[in-house]
Amino acid sequence: MSVARFWRKIPQRYNMLGTKCETCGRHFFPPRSFCPDCRRSGKIVDYKFIGTGTVVTYTVIHAASEQFERQTPYVLAIIQLDEGSRMTAQVVCRPDEIKIGMKVKRVFRRIAADGESGVIHYGTKFVPVE
Amino acid sequence: MRDVAVIGVGCTTFGEKWGSSFRDLFVEAGALALEDAQLSGEKIDAMYVGNMSAGRFIEQEHIGALIADYAGLATHHIPSTRVEAACASGGLAFRQAVIAVASGMEDIVVAAGVEKMTDVESGASTDMLTGAADREWEGFVGATFPGLYAMIATDYMHRYALTREQLAQVAVKNHYNGARNPIAQFQQEITIDTVLKSTMVAEPLRLFDCSPITDGAAAVIVAPLERAREFTDTPIKVLASAQASDTITLHDRRDISTLDASVVAAQRAFAMAKVKHKDIDLVEVHDCFSIAEICAIEDLGFCKKGEAGKLTADGVTALNGDIPVNTSGGLKACGHPVGATGIKQVFEVVQQLRGEAGKRQISGAEIGMTHNVGGTGATVAVHIFRRS
Repeated sequence: MSVARFWRKIPQRYNMLGTKCETCGRHFFPPRSFCPDCRRSGKIVDYKFIGTGTVVTYTVIHAASEQFERQTPYVLAIIQLDEGSRMTAQVVCRPDEIKIGMKVKRVFRRIAADGESGVIHYGTKFVPVE
Repeated sequence: MRDVAVIGVGCTTFGEKWGSSFRDLFVEAGALALEDAQLSGEKIDAMYVGNMSAGRFIEQEHIGALIADYAGLATHHIPSTRVEAACASGGLAFRQAVIAVASGMEDIVVAAGVEKMTDVESGASTDMLTGAADREWEGFVGATFPGLYAMIATDYMHRYALTREQLAQVAVKNHYNGARNPIAQFQQEITIDTVLKSTMVAEPLRLFDCSPITDGAAAVIVAPLERAREFTDTPIKVLASAQASDTITLHDRRDISTLDASVVAAQRAFAMAKVKHKDIDLVEVHDCFSIAEICAIEDLGFCKKGEAGKLTADGVTALNGDIPVNTSGGLKACGHPVGATGIKQVFEVVQQLRGEAGKRQISGAEIGMTHNVGGTGATVAVHIFRRS
């Protein structure tokens, strides 16, 4: 991923800055700039997500693409955020700990890197809530 | 709209074809299709070519022109168009060809699909295929394609009574069919044990739940039904062509275990074809992973949600079952050169409806169906065919 491509999403990746539609109240993370329900009558504003949610479904990845090969096995899940929208993220826990319905909260983590000397990608992972 | 028929089909063998280039593959498939229709190249009015990612697999774009050129048609200056919708590229190319003929705009149109995947190593191809999902919000965090379908499987198995053995039976059945298909990448039968003991890829999916990396090309030729008998004694009529889309990410779907685009495309296709599920003699579905075939059988409406595992275990989808699924061996055993798969599905159904499917022939097959998926269900193409 090029420097500019990563850099322009830093507020979203580092701080879970999403959006919400003030017309219908629906929250969007990953952010959308157009509300699929209200369409042109929607009013999109920034919204910082609390960062808590629930595991909807999950897998444990054993065969990864190049950038993630050294992290296997890792837990990947779809998280339902408490505001209502869903996102895909890694969950930092043992593979035998993950389960559907598990409560999780966001943490700031290193995701991957572009080789030895390229950009380090930081972003959101989740950890189980005690 | 004019009625449209398939008048010729051709397909390369599928596999790791180290000795064949991208160009070799589509030239071979195209020549086979022209020979089948006993058509000379200068009669072709237009071409649509399904290809997912030549830009990344072989660093070549501008595929439409390249193919027309190497097919020997550069001096005829025919319109040649690349169509891309990830793994549904072939199905969409076929649909574009059908639309071109149905509209009256063109008469003789080639729909082809090609992918050359083995010129990069497997870690790189895994990453390229992730481009069919959302790069920014799925691929970025470490999602792979098997990983996304594995999350469908986890959700499905949590909600419905699908056993690991039933899921494995999808691959066992497709390998049985592949062993009877001379173009298939894998022509060996396997057992449930083969699947359950294979390498873990993304839990609960193992290596034998996954379709392989494949090189291959397929081509079919469509024409107005009223002219079809100029070229063939066995025209295959296109009864329906339907396409639907959905969210690019899996996490934004209404229901993780239902591909709504499959549901809607199938409903549109059945309405257009004016046939019922019981009329379908065979269906080629998009089994990029074992769980995908389970979902497809249900989403296309052949049984209720949660029942396809038992249906598969009971042999209903086998060659001699009530509704044979993936007689070609499917993506699992026949192979999955992504851009070519949608066209290969048409190739298989046409062979079956003509009665030319050899050891895997469904006797008396009259109506067949194809189902081609892009990504985790963001694009779906469904077609229904009848022997004319």
